[in-house]
Amino acid sequence: MSTPLIRARNLTRVYQLGGGDVHALAGVDVDIEKGEYVAVMGASGSGKSTFMNLLGALDRPSSGSLVVDGSSLGERTPDQLAAFRNQSVGFVFQQFNLLARTTALDNVSLPLIYRGWSASKRKKRAEACLEMVGLADRMDHHPSQLSGGQQQRVAIARALAGEPSILLADEPTGALDSQTSTDVMGIIDQLNESDITIILVTHEEDVGAHAKRRLLFRDGLIVEDQR
Amino acid sequence: MNIMAALPVALTALRVNALRSFLAILGVIIGVAAVIATVSLAQGAADAVEESIASLGANALNIRAGSNQRGPRRGGAGSGEPFSSDDVDALRTQLPIVVAASGTLQSNVTAVVDGVNWPTQILGAHPDYVEVRDWVIADGRLFTPQENQRSARVALLGQTVVDELFPSGGAIGSSIRLQNQPFEVIGILGERGQGSFGQDQDDIVLAPIATVRDRVTGFRRAGVRDPVQTVWIEIASGEDMTNAVAEVEDFLRIRRGIEPGAEDNFSVRNFAEFIRAFNETENILGLMLAAAGLITLFVGGIGIMNVMLVSVTERTREIGLRLAIGARRSDIRNQFLIESVVLCSVGGAIGLALGVGVSLSAERLGPLVGANDLAVSVDPAIALIAIGASAAVGVLFGFYPALQASRLDPIEALRHE
Ligand SMILES: Nc1ncnc2c1ncn2[C@@H]1O[C@H](COP(=O)(O)OP(=O)(O)OP(=O)(O)O)[C@@H](O)[C@H]1O
Ligand SMILES: [Mg+2]
Repeated sequence: MSTPLIRARNLTRVYQLGGGDVHALAGVDVDIEKGEYVAVMGASGSGKSTFMNLLGALDRPSSGSLVVDGSSLGERTPDQLAAFRNQSVGFVFQQFNLLARTTALDNVSLPLIYRGWSASKRKKRAEACLEMVGLADRMDHHPSQLSGGQQQRVAIARALAGEPSILLADEPTGALDSQTSTDVMGIIDQLNESDITIILVTHEEDVGAHAKRRLLFRDGLIVEDQR
Repeated sequence: MNIMAALPVALTALRVNALRSFLAILGVIIGVAAVIATVSLAQGAADAVEESIASLGANALNIRAGSNQRGPRRGGAGSGEPFSSDDVDALRTQLPIVVAASGTLQSNVTAVVDGVNWPTQILGAHPDYVEVRDWVIADGRLFTPQENQRSARVALLGQTVVDELFPSGGAIGSSIRLQNQPFEVIGILGERGQGSFGQDQDDIVLAPIATVRDRVTGFRRAGVRDPVQTVWIEIASGEDMTNAVAEVEDFLRIRRGIEPGAEDNFSVRNFAEFIRAFNETENILGLMLAAAGLITLFVGGIGIMNVMLVSVTERTREIGLRLAIGARRSDIRNQFLIESVVLCSVGGAIGLALGVGVSLSAERLGPLVGANDLAVSVDPAIALIAIGASAAVGVLFGFYPALQASRLDPIEALRHE
């Protein structure tokens, strides 16, 4: 058996606060294979976002090991981690986090700037990504001129721009109504079909139902792993 | 992220907050403008000084009889005894460092042509004079030593005199009456314009010194044959002027029989030094003003730092996002550094334009408010230095905010409201 795309072993993240330590993650063990479609669920404060941030190398674990793509994230230099965020993962946030006063096209091409791509090459790739999410006719729009669902699609296009093998989405539909949620989930389903590994956090059962595997978090631990 | 990608980001950020950006660079603008204006004015003044020094004649020394001492006169009998044409000849022929020498006699005179009177100055000199003072003969010729010897009634006219007495030309070869005697006009002096004190240097008639002595002033001193009022000598180029002054002094002390230890009864002056020393204070003032401008520039840097810190705080989420999608910390740092440098350079450029504008209008308006001769010289090197200095201020004061930005924690930054 080959090594999985993601392997977490006894992964912990402890926040030291005045009143005592908060064990946001209390020892998570999980393997995720390439091409899986995983929903991370659980009550508020159970550690879902903390887990996602570790997977996306936005944060470092307090202890335990996290191996992605065959090498441990803990052993990489800050610049290597930046390259990892730029090339191996794509992040989608609940709040979209698009740059205001910047066109959809420029928002999508932003990650490619940090690869040193030329402007024309960036533009071509960004256009292709916007087409993929059905926004070919909105390239020059600013975020304020787009609906919530459209903004989240721009954010997904941005996550795709770097052709990541893993898409990390923390409550991507949390700020959307049910109709636009369905649109966005449709796009994410498609991405999984094209063999991108999807890990998404959600509170909503019907969103979680899109995934083929569900990890249930409670108090910093995975208490259920349903396939 | 390379500069080509960072530049548009920086410009957009600055444009979005145009008013704030402008206020932030105000200090830089004023600092650069002040430095440019003061340095240009000081340079203009220095150029004017050099010009007036050049108008004295290069390496020219002026020698006068009389004590050099200030305060109570201590000179004994014979002090103040004028120099003579023999002294002039001796200086020229016996001192190797002297390449030309001339005595002068100057007097007021009224020039008359066809009943038109023009009160002017007549300067009697040896033929060497034009060489010593670097005067130019614009037309005609100089008088010869022989003409001097026989007190020939020949004269060269300054441009003003020509304009007044020969408005329709034809001066050369004409006759002009000076002190009721007919003189032949043999040449016209090159135009020299205003002197250091605003006097008209072209309102003059030049004639052989013997002619002026014998026929105009009648300058006589008991016991001195062919006396002169002052002596001008030119020192060979390349000689040290301070040594030359000492050598001339020694020569004249012996010639005038002054005992060792006794006071000189004459003075040798290097007017170029005189003018330079006089303007030294002006230069120091200019330097102090330029220093004040530089300080303003640095205080302006604090304004830049302030606005950059505000900008980093405002854009915390943006920084978090950039980190999340793969920006290295150095990319974030460079982005804000470039922004700060662009901001300061824009300030520098505006300040440069303002400074040049102020300098040129000072030159234009100076005479209207009574400031005479306000020359301005804008040095292109200074312009480059000004822009460079503003960019350096941008790096210096932008570094701390940029470092702050690059050290943000991506998760906290993304959560920032
Ligand atoms: N920066 C922090 N400092 C201290 N405690 C933190 C910090 N971030 C998270 N926590 C704590 O860690 C625990 C897990 O937080 P996390 O954000 O992972 O929860 P979550 O499952 O994503 O919740 P939600 O569904 O509300 O987003 C919580 O108890 C939270 O209070
Ligand atoms: Mg969360």
